Amino acid sequence: MSALKSRDTLLFGAILLLLALISTRFPGFAAPSNLASVLTDTSPLIVLALGQMVVILTRCIDLSVAANLALTGMVCAMLNVAMPDLPMPVVILVALVCGACLGAVNGLLVWKLDIPPIVVTLGTMTIFRGIIFLLSDGQWINAHEMSPAFTGLPRTVILGLPILGWIALLMVAVMAVVMSRTPLGRAFYAVGGNPRAAVYTGLDVGRTQFLAFVISGTLAGLTGYLWIARYAVAYVDIAGGFELDVVAACVIGGISIAGGVGTVVGTLLGALFLGVVKNALPVVDISPFWQLAISGAAIIIAVTLNARAGRAKGRVILKSAEVTR
Amino acid sequence: MSLTDTVQGRHIPDQLRSTLDRRLKSWESLLLLVAIGIFVVNSFASPYFLNAWNLSDATFNFTEKAMIAFAMALLIISGEIDLSVASIIALVSTAMGLVMEAGLGTPVIVLTGLLTGLVCGAFNGLLVTRLGLPSIVVTIGTMSLFRGISYIILGDGAFRGYPADFAWFGQGYVFWVISVELVIFAILAVIYGVILHKTNFGRMVYAVGNNPTGALFSGIRVERVKLTLFLLTGLMSGLAAVCLTSRLGSTRPSIATGMELEVVTMVVLGGVNILGGSGSIPGVVIAAFVMGLVTFGLGLLNVPGIVMSIFIGLLLIGVIALPRLWAMSRKGR
Repeated sequence: MSALKSRDTLLFGAILLLLALISTRFPGFAAPSNLASVLTDTSPLIVLALGQMVVILTRCIDLSVAANLALTGMVCAMLNVAMPDLPMPVVILVALVCGACLGAVNGLLVWKLDIPPIVVTLGTMTIFRGIIFLLSDGQWINAHEMSPAFTGLPRTVILGLPILGWIALLMVAVMAVVMSRTPLGRAFYAVGGNPRAAVYTGLDVGRTQFLAFVISGTLAGLTGYLWIARYAVAYVDIAGGFELDVVAACVIGGISIAGGVGTVVGTLLGALFLGVVKNALPVVDISPFWQLAISGAAIIIAVTLNARAGRAKGRVILKSAEVTR
Repeated sequence: MSLTDTVQGRHIPDQLRSTLDRRLKSWESLLLLVAIGIFVVNSFASPYFLNAWNLSDATFNFTEKAMIAFAMALLIISGEIDLSVASIIALVSTAMGLVMEAGLGTPVIVLTGLLTGLVCGAFNGLLVTRLGLPSIVVTIGTMSLFRGISYIILGDGAFRGYPADFAWFGQGYVFWVISVELVIFAILAVIYGVILHKTNFGRMVYAVGNNPTGALFSGIRVERVKLTLFLLTGLMSGLAAVCLTSRLGSTRPSIATGMELEVVTMVVLGGVNILGGSGSIPGVVIAAFVMGLVTFGLGLLNVPGIVMSIFIGLLLIGVIALPRLWAMSRKGR
């Protein structure tokens, strides 16, 4: 446990160092108002990474989160165009339910049919994107078609931070409680740490994995609405490839891909690290085309460090279905 | 019959005898039936389907993907996976573009392509075998790293103006409607079929996939087998990049986006167990034709590409789900 804590402090130190380095050249970067905007920018990544964390803890992986986000976002946007007067809580509820259902599809395929999660989510990733095309006919939904209440909500500033940022912080708090204070949270760790032992203690491994996918889907759905509303545009390719950033945030945050190891704080720090890097790129005048390569390099470096620090060897996720049988 | 009778002096075959019955019930023959079915349906659905040149065009739907799928099949049988193949194509294509801009000729361009693919494969393979990292995470990382490097070099630009003789790989024909790519595909199918089914190395691949520890204790250098397979997958991605770049005549960093999904689907559709340990090259060959025929048929019916991708996704999940559902319903009875 102390090793995990030191890992978190190390990452936190790295983020502070990064901020210090940038602010030596650009003093404005570390100003509270700018840090608030970095946090807001990183909010979608934080929320998605929390869901992905739960899934990875149970030895699965969810590559469909970005597609889920885009599909749910499109559903919300179309709902808003059709019924502009619908109260916002209803829209958010629709986003949560829609995301949860999409996550449940992944979860059911993993639980009931025992299909490897990587295959399931690789498949549903393209299916979800295809469904967006069928729904929208390939059309964009632009800002002027959405109601002001719809696009305004995530941007409303409370105490210097937009609601988008507050929602991310709220989710961090909720997940922190769920993971450390509820039987379900313990079950996620147990199932990922040792599936066989989990069965002997009376846990249903498949059902727990199913619930992990539902949580991941729900959070992706919520992010779907927030994303569409914040950028005020919805189309097929929205957040394309974002699932890789989400996995990167988790791996950087110390979530072991072999399952069972990782914390909410680590995930938050992992996401913030990527967020600071991304926001710093334009400031230090590096082309945004570097982002993809940086995420990739970060995944590889982080997973190498994790393997050195953690267990002797990571297990192959593809084999997880076999282990649980 | 006592136990000694069955063991003493009895020839124990290293392979079960393949009776006609077993063959007919195999995944491959089922797949072949599906392929024939799709062919017949297509020829009724569109009057343009049964045309030698159209069918020849249709082969381009799968030749490049199948080149990678052969190596990927071996890799998946050995229990690993490579999700970075499409990104290797992007990086290889960019490297070839740089060489072309430097004014070098076709042989150097092709050699650069194959070497870059090999280097990418080595990078994946060394991370997996030397550091013991799970291949799925490593290749998710290199998936964005390789394409990311391509984006750094090209940005929103493109390389154009490949030499005229470079076009031979992707646009040339050996004989009548038989394209160069189709010939490469056929040769590779034979080579990989022999490697997997007739050589010691092929046997090792199965052994490693079924039981890595057991394979290690049998004297198989598990890590070396896996590294070789990653190298092969990289090399094949390089070759596919040569063909694809030659066919398109240009390089953009977004080249071959999402192709890893189609390659994995092709391998799984071909009957390769995604958990490793079993599968065959003939299966992958038929799966390649099935996917090519389906996408071509849907194309003739004016179905947009993204809708086809729904179909590919459903195919990937369905192919694994249906046999399990069937088994479950039989058990339930």
